[in-house]
Amino acid sequence: MNSAALIIIAVFTLAAALAAATLRKLMHAALSLVVVFVGIAALFFLLGAEFVGLALVFIYVGAVAVLVVFTILLTPRDVGKDRGFNWGGAIVAVAVFGGLTWSILNTQSLAVVAPHMPALTVKQIGKTLMTIYVWPLQCVGLLLTAALIGALILVMEEKR
Amino acid sequence: MTPTLQIFLIVSAALFSTGLLAALSRRHAIFILIGIEMMLAAANLNFIAFWRFGPPHQPPTGVMIALFSIAIAAAEAAVGLAMVIAVYRHYHTTNVDQLDQLRG
Amino acid sequence: MSNSIDQVFVHAKQWLLSSLTGSPGWVVQVASILINIFMLLAVFLTLFALISVLERKILARMQNRYGPNRVGPFGLFQPIADGIKMLIKEDIVPARADKIVHFLAPVLIAAVAILTLGVIPYGRNMTPFTIDGGILFFFAVGSATELAVFMAGWGSNNKFSMLGAMRAIAQMFSYELPLIITALPVVMVVGSLTPDRIVAAQAGYTFDLVPRWFVFTPWGAAAFVLFFVSGLVESNRTPFDVPEGESEIVAGHMTEYSGFKYATFFMAEYIGMFAVSGLAMTLFLGGWHAPARILEIIPSYVWFFVKLGSLLFVYIWVRGTLPRTRIDQMMNFAWKFMLPMAFTCVIAAAVWHYAGRGLRGWLWSFLVIAIVYTALSTLLDTGRKLAPRVYRFAE
Repeated sequence: MNSAALIIIAVFTLAAALAAATLRKLMHAALSLVVVFVGIAALFFLLGAEFVGLALVFIYVGAVAVLVVFTILLTPRDVGKDRGFNWGGAIVAVAVFGGLTWSILNTQSLAVVAPHMPALTVKQIGKTLMTIYVWPLQCVGLLLTAALIGALILVMEEKR
Repeated sequence: MTPTLQIFLIVSAALFSTGLLAALSRRHAIFILIGIEMMLAAANLNFIAFWRFGPPHQPPTGVMIALFSIAIAAAEAAVGLAMVIAVYRHYHTTNVDQLDQLRG
Repeated sequence: MSNSIDQVFVHAKQWLLSSLTGSPGWVVQVASILINIFMLLAVFLTLFALISVLERKILARMQNRYGPNRVGPFGLFQPIADGIKMLIKEDIVPARADKIVHFLAPVLIAAVAILTLGVIPYGRNMTPFTIDGGILFFFAVGSATELAVFMAGWGSNNKFSMLGAMRAIAQMFSYELPLIITALPVVMVVGSLTPDRIVAAQAGYTFDLVPRWFVFTPWGAAAFVLFFVSGLVESNRTPFDVPEGESEIVAGHMTEYSGFKYATFFMAEYIGMFAVSGLAMTLFLGGWHAPARILEIIPSYVWFFVKLGSLLFVYIWVRGTLPRTRIDQMMNFAWKFMLPMAFTCVIAAAVWHYAGRGLRGWLWSFLVIAIVYTALSTLLDTGRKLAPRVYRFAE
């Protein structure tokens, strides 16, 4: 695990996250969100969880980001003029960040270096998914089907 | 120097706070969804980091939880965005401050 | 002897890297990656130039014309002339365009197309980027193309661009499902997402005659056809080039691009075509394996490019013969036929595996595919009579 790579990726990701939270144009914010997810996937790669990183890119960049930009396209009235910015939210966010950082830095048991670990193969993930986690997997399948049908019904034309 | 768990946790905390900032201070419904997605991603980063820095030779629970969380976040995004479109059709706005009627 | 010719590029790279011995590990790693990237770009940009002129010549031959034949011998230097022309053209950005998004779209689309080339094995020990989930990497990175197309459509701030982008995204989404699901049976049978392993699983010959490529099993043949059609759609090739249908919406999401940015889109389209063909070969056509034992003297990368060339010829051939489909026909085809057939391939592969991978498995999986195919074609038959158009007043 490389510190230089970590710092570069982290700065990149956090800059994109700030852009996604504060840019005025909605489309630019949505595209910054894509950069955030690519950055997080890079962090996953750095941590040795390649499969999750690829799944993240696949699902977020390929599907969720396109959904977001399509929603922006379909709700045209407010595009480009998001006026309100609540400074109270900023104060809360900074307070949460300060509290979390303080507690992380003061917990001595967290100052550990990664142990040596054999690489996690896709085969291992598949085996775990199909043995220990087979019921959660089925439940997620059911949930995704329900979400699909629910989303379809929500966007159907309203009957007047 | 090899990075410790703390650095990853701080990055994740910063990402979470940025998501919170987007969710709390913007008025547009899509910004709130973007903020929630960022917070979920920060949580995923925590799961993966704890798995990597945890004891070796265990079933990869952190990775599994992150995978399930990604799947659920995708479902949440789909339903959330469908709701944004439905609300926009009805009220012709996506500003959450103006959605204050209980009457349809 | 044949082995050393087979490995000549691998040895050349090792020789180049051996000059770096003594330097820290990461320098060697970065140098190795840079060599891989340089080779990929050199080979595929040359191939792009070559294919762009060959396509025009083959199309011309099919339409009883000569095609480009002025620049250089047989018109082979045509791409250089085209390149110079594209470079010195004025780069126009519409006044109302979203400048940043408009600029980033061609960059992203080309980057994505080139990245997907990285995981394909081009020969024995010749995979530029070895990764455990290579097939997933291909699809994950490839799915960013839709975003790039959307950015092009949105950034141009033009009705035709947006319409073209919407069409492109609709068709890419619809055909990405069959594309991924038809890759699934191969992954299931091999038990690995690594392209190298998938190619290795297709080594050897049944009865010393027929190569063990997956295309020679019933599910493999069906999945290959479905994959190829989906690949045609993903690379916006002719029977499915609705997003840029010139007669309908100018040039779709590329309407507002000119000069080198337009050339970048064009290049990305071709490189995406190479990548999808390369993946189709890796999954179904045995990758770099030779089709017969005697022919194994010829090095593996030559076989890869021979197969790639023949697949690209089919692409051009299809473009020369088929008319453009309508968007609703395409969508119906994707959701009502391609998707159920793709799932059938998965089931047929499972049947093939559990019936013993021999003749019995072959027959059973053939039966499964035949039943579903017949049922689907009966159900989807619209009963419309197809006949030559009758002109009532024109003649």
